[in-house]
Formats: sequence, C-alpha cells, structure tokens
Amino acid sequence: MELAEQAAVERARSGDADAFRLLVERHSRPLFRLGFRMTGNESDAEDIVQETFLRAYRQLARFDERASFGTWLYRIATNYALDLVRARNRRSEQSPAFEGGAEDPLQSAPSGDPPPDRLAQSGQVREHLAAAMEALSPAERTAFVLRHFEGMSIEEVGRMLGCQPGAAKHSVFRAVQKLRRALEPLVGTAQ
Amino acid sequence: MSHLSDEQLILHYYGEADDAVPLERHLEQCEACREVYGSLKRVLNVMEALPLPERGANYGAEVWQRLTPYLPSRPRFRFLMSPWRWAGAGAVLATLLAAAFLMGRFYPQTRRPVSVTVAVAADPLAQERILRLAVGDYLDRSQMVLIELANATPDRALDISSEQVRAANLVTETRLYRQTALHTGDAVVAGVLDELERVLLEIAHAPSRLAPAQVDELRRKLRAEGILFRIRVLDSTVRNQDGHKL
Repeated sequence: MELAEQAAVERARSGDADAFRLLVERHSRPLFRLGFRMTGNESDAEDIVQETFLRAYRQLARFDERASFGTWLYRIATNYALDLVRARNRRSEQSPAFEGGAEDPLQSAPSGDPPPDRLAQSGQVREHLAAAMEALSPAERTAFVLRHFEGMSIEEVGRMLGCQPGAAKHSVFRAVQKLRRALEPLVGTAQ
Repeated sequence: MSHLSDEQLILHYYGEADDAVPLERHLEQCEACREVYGSLKRVLNVMEALPLPERGANYGAEVWQRLTPYLPSRPRFRFLMSPWRWAGAGAVLATLLAAAFLMGRFYPQTRRPVSVTVAVAADPLAQERILRLAVGDYLDRSQMVLIELANATPDRALDISSEQVRAANLVTETRLYRQTALHTGDAVVAGVLDELERVLLEIAHAPSRLAPAQVDELRRKLRAEGILFRIRVLDSTVRNQDGHKL
C-alpha cells in the first residue's frame, strides 16, 4: 500500500475524520466508475459509492493493513453492487427478458453497420452495448467488469468475488460468449 | 490441426494464456482461428464505447459532504490502535469464544453469566464492541442470502450462482461460531447456527440454475423452518444491545 495512503488509513482507524476524508476523495471516482459499469445506472452508482464508504467506515477496524485499501473498497462496492443488480433483476423478471430471440434489441440492429471506430460514436450502439450488459447475470457482469474494465487478473477477480479462480474464469467466459453472441451481428464483419 | 477453444482465445486476449507463444503461432497459421479471434477482439474492443458518465475533480469532496451527516462525530476505532491484534491463533480463539458468549448473551432465551470468556480479552469493552460489529455483519450477510432466495418469485429459471458463492463462504464462518457456541454451552445459539449451516450448505450445493418450481420449494422450506426469523431475532437483539451500549 502506498505510504501516504497507509498513513491515512492508520489515522482514520484512530478516528481521524480528515484522514478518512482523504481516502474518500481519492477513491470516489474509481468507485463511481465501477458502480456504474456494474449497474448501468447513475443513481445506483452514486448509491454504491456512498454505501461503500459508510460500510468501510464501520468496518475499518477489520481492514488488514497489509492489504490494499483500494482493493478492500472494491470488494465492499462489488458485494453491494451485486445485491443491487440482483434485486433489480428480480423486479425486471416480471417482464419477459430476451434470450437470443426475436425480442432481443441487439438483433434488431440495422445491417451494414459502420466499423467499430464509428460504431463507438453511435448512441444507438451504446444502447445495444448497455442492453447486452444487462442480459448478463450479476455474477457474469461483475466478473466481466472486473476483468475487462478494471484490468484485474482472473485470480484477482476470484478473490474479489470470494470464489475460486476457476469459477471466476467460468463467469468471464460465459459473459464474453454472451456478449459475442449479442454483439457480433453489429461488429462481426467490420474491419 | 485442432482449433483453439473460445476459452484459450479469451485468455489470450486478456494476456492470461499460459501458452501465448504457441497460441500466437497457431493464429498465424490457422485462418479459421484468426477469424474467430478477430471477431472476438472487435466485440471486446467495442465494449469501450459503453457510456460512462463523467465525474469532475471535486466529486470526492461532494461525496464527502454527503457522507458526513452519517458518520459518527467521535473517534470510533481508537481501540484498535492498542497493541493487541486479531492475528494469531490465540486471538482468533479469544474472538470466537467471546463471539459465542455475545450471541448467547444477546439471544433472548439464553442468559448466561459472564464467564471465562471475558478473561481472554485484553480489553473486554473494545472486544465486545468489535465483536458486536463482526457478529452483526455476519448475521446481516446470512440474512441477505436467505432473504433474496425467500423473496424470489421468478417466472423462469433463476441463476443463484452468486448466492451460492456467498452461502459457501458463510458456511465456514457459521461452523466456527456454532462449534464455539457448543464449546461454551450455548445450546440455543448452537441450534440456530446448526440449522443455518445446513440451509447454507443446501443452497451452496444446489444446481446453479433453479426452475421456478425449485425456487418455490426452497422458499417454502425456508419459511416452514423459520430459520430466517430466528436469525433476524438474534441479529436484532445484537443490534439493540449495540445501540444501548455504544
């Protein structure tokens, strides 16, 4: 752990609010990005940031100083985000979800789409990407976000999710396969 | 020549393949695999276009402003600056003994006098406070898993793999608390934890996708056994005690 951060954590543990403030200011933006990518929802991401710091503050006594504080926060945020996504998925199960069928919004993408660099600028494609992420299970989405966007190794993803690397790898594989099935019609032939 | 699997290609994309060099060589020679890999790369590369709202440089300060009303104004963790640490087998044992003592003490039907457990703690007050947090957190996590399954009403197959991971993680913790409760003679608490351990094991070893009928059966079982209610009572008494004492 970086020395300045280590000192801030140590001071925060002794009740120094200013030290905890430093940690909040340093880690808020990465946590927001993680929260948004896991939920796809801005207000959920805000909720995740706030709840993560509240939980961290309450549990600071249990933080192992040898570990990375950022990683510890990520673990708290990931668990909370998983709960949020699962709860939301349950609510949305009231309406039929697409599973590779005619209702899949990704399948309705027009043919002859522009190549990926231009696709990236298209609002419509962004919606398709978000829809493809929505179609992942909470575990798949989390594993994918941690591996793809946060750059964690499979082993780190496993540690973050509290599972064996094999299980984490499986979640990443399933996520990528689903995304591929959903998005290949958009980008499959473009160079 | 056999083709590369999706798994190999995905690991290669993320730079985690064990055999990167022969894999690269294969891609150079095999057009079919090269095409599949190209398609995979395009899909994963385009994921970067996912929308991500920006937050300004002052975002951290804004978060802090929102947090401050919810944070205790007095130092809360000073006990942990004391020399003792949770590391080490002796401390772990003391923790478990005291945790069982606390659960027994807070459980409504079980009132036991303070015994040898207090003696093992270097600072009983700090120990108790920390353990209340630990026990409360553990009970919260257990409840969360059970509540999610008890409230699920899917009209199609439900993926419970994430709940299974959490249930499996909680099993070890439950077992330790249960054994310690038995050791200290808290039969009521041990009984609740024994039941919880059994339920958690059942969830952890169930198929990861449950048909609606299976979910329904699990829900009925959870409700019939009343385990959720008993955990909630235990948790609630721990929390109430916490409020009075802190």
